[in-house]
Amino acid sequence: MNLYKFSSPVTFYPLAGKMWPWFATLAGVFAVAGLYLGLFVAPVDYQQGEVYRILYIHVPASVIGMFIYLVMAGYGVLALTLNTRLSAMMMEALAPTGALLTVLALWTGSLWGRPTWGTYWVWDARITSTLLLVFLYVGYLALIHAIEDKRRADKAGALLVIVSSINVPIIYFSVKWWNTLHQGSSVSLAGNAIASPAMRWGLLLMTLACWMYAIAMTLVRVRAIISEREQGAAWLEGNKV
Amino acid sequence: MTLSVTGLTLSRGPRQLFANLSFTLMAGQALVLRGANGSGKTTLLRVLAGLTAADGGELRWNGEHWKALCAGQRAASLYLGHANALKDELTAAENLAESLAFDGVAVPDSVQRQSLDGMGLANRHHLPARRLSQGQKRRVGLARLALARKPLWLLDEPTNALDSEGVALFSRVVAEHLHQGGMACIASHLPLDIAAPVHELVLGEAPA
Amino acid sequence: MNVVAAQMMIEPAVEVAAERAVWLAARRDLRLGLRSRAELVQALMFLVIVVSLFPLAVGPESALLKRIAPGVVWVAALLSVLLTLPRMFAADYADGTLEQLVMSPYPLPLIAAGKMLAHWLMSGLPLTLIAPLLGLQFGLEANELVVLVAGLMLGTPILSMIGAIGAALTLGVRGGSILMALLVLPLYVPVLIFGSGAVEQAMTSIDYSANLSLLGAGLLFGALAIPFAVASALRISLD
Repeated sequence: MNLYKFSSPVTFYPLAGKMWPWFATLAGVFAVAGLYLGLFVAPVDYQQGEVYRILYIHVPASVIGMFIYLVMAGYGVLALTLNTRLSAMMMEALAPTGALLTVLALWTGSLWGRPTWGTYWVWDARITSTLLLVFLYVGYLALIHAIEDKRRADKAGALLVIVSSINVPIIYFSVKWWNTLHQGSSVSLAGNAIASPAMRWGLLLMTLACWMYAIAMTLVRVRAIISEREQGAAWLEGNKV
Repeated sequence: MTLSVTGLTLSRGPRQLFANLSFTLMAGQALVLRGANGSGKTTLLRVLAGLTAADGGELRWNGEHWKALCAGQRAASLYLGHANALKDELTAAENLAESLAFDGVAVPDSVQRQSLDGMGLANRHHLPARRLSQGQKRRVGLARLALARKPLWLLDEPTNALDSEGVALFSRVVAEHLHQGGMACIASHLPLDIAAPVHELVLGEAPA
Repeated sequence: MNVVAAQMMIEPAVEVAAERAVWLAARRDLRLGLRSRAELVQALMFLVIVVSLFPLAVGPESALLKRIAPGVVWVAALLSVLLTLPRMFAADYADGTLEQLVMSPYPLPLIAAGKMLAHWLMSGLPLTLIAPLLGLQFGLEANELVVLVAGLMLGTPILSMIGAIGAALTLGVRGGSILMALLVLPLYVPVLIFGSGAVEQAMTSIDYSANLSLLGAGLLFGALAIPFAVASALRISLD
């Protein structure tokens, strides 16, 4: 199958239109299964009680949020080297979902922190890195929306994400180091050994659910972006699916 | 030396500026771009300079393919846009020296001074550029053109702020450049009187 | 006139020595910067004022001030560098000289490197030299001041370089300065952590060499890689 065939917005648009309902369905299925396992089957944590169950949203959101940024960086490389418009559009489509999931991770982390340690915010390495990731997402979105010329915005955004993603491991490492130096919170949010298989499966399924959701949302959004950019193009008029 | 453009296509948003534009420029020739405001004269010059990438088409110099801002393109072209490209804080003489330094040509100070004098800036060498009039700033640019020894000149509305004496100077400089085998692509809505073979390209019209 | 000879007269006789680009660009920016000396002094004054705000905000208790000193000086240094970043490219972009630099036969990454060097010499270096005075105001000891200066000496060039990417990407964009700060500050975090952490380790008599080595490594890596990123960003902004 010639993958290049789909690197044009023209051919990708209908493909995305057919694909996203499948991913949405998968997301729903995984979410139901994961939440069932996580909320009802997995045993109660003996230290934290029912509250710990927020982990089933917090961890997947955090993992997929980070993953999306790396995917964006990959598309960024394609956008700059191969000069494909669709790569840049995919980046633009991914960013809001990535930002949302990362913010969700922060929020659930905060909700978890309150009953567990008494504060809404804890400056541990992972949460602080997640906060910085939110800033990176916001920065990207701000940049591409501030530049009026779409071509320039695409390439500038791509360069920014590539440079930032090289920085992400450095940021993570430095924050972790900072945290150990300052002997701050020594509790890791997911510190408890994930003992029971129900917990493991619950987490895995919820992570998959987040991933499928992210794909579905991205496909829907990229269709909107394609349709906005190619406004007036003949192929679009006759092809609105 | 030959500059050849084949099948150039470029769109800016919903507007298509060029569709399959092709032409060839040979040594000693000048191409004048005409067209209404917004017809793409500046954009075409920038594509030839490599500053703007076209959507499709090819640019070749002496048969060699040019990608945007490749070394060959930068070495051979001199682009003067709307802005004067002078630093306000530097004097006329310093501006000329800096421009030539970055053009990679070594021109002795005395020759630079002579050139500025020749452009009618005799008592203005040591004035900071912010104190020069628009026309005088353009003349500093002319001095650079004359000294930089680049084969391909890409000029956007070069006579804009020049008085009639300045326009005559400009015509002389361009004619001399063409006689020496150089080539020029000039966007202008004003009439140019150059004593050399000049072709016109009118943008914004469908091909006949 | 003999056509062949005539053509040779204007064949681009450009045998550019690439390394010269760094020197040319640095000299140009330094000359321009020294002609607007007021701006340079203002950036230093900003640093001093910001640092002075903290004792006013948290009270003059010397133990507390000593504890927050590394962080305060580093954050203020970061913000001062941020303030001076637009100077690297914005004026050149506005008056058309940036395009000329991009079109120069000299390699653009080297020109960018020269500009970053000049920027550091005019902003990062002066604040590194003034930092000991500020550290003294906060009660830092001599050995701690040495670590502070060493960290700033290694870290401020990195700040100039990372900042250059942000400045280059946001040229001519409305709301550019704030946007640039938003893009650049998260990327500054590692430098901040290692730089200020080194001083804190000196204060508690722990070995700080790892931090400084990391900064040094960052500087080396940045000096090799960032000029290319900046060149790319400049071309994107001029498209």
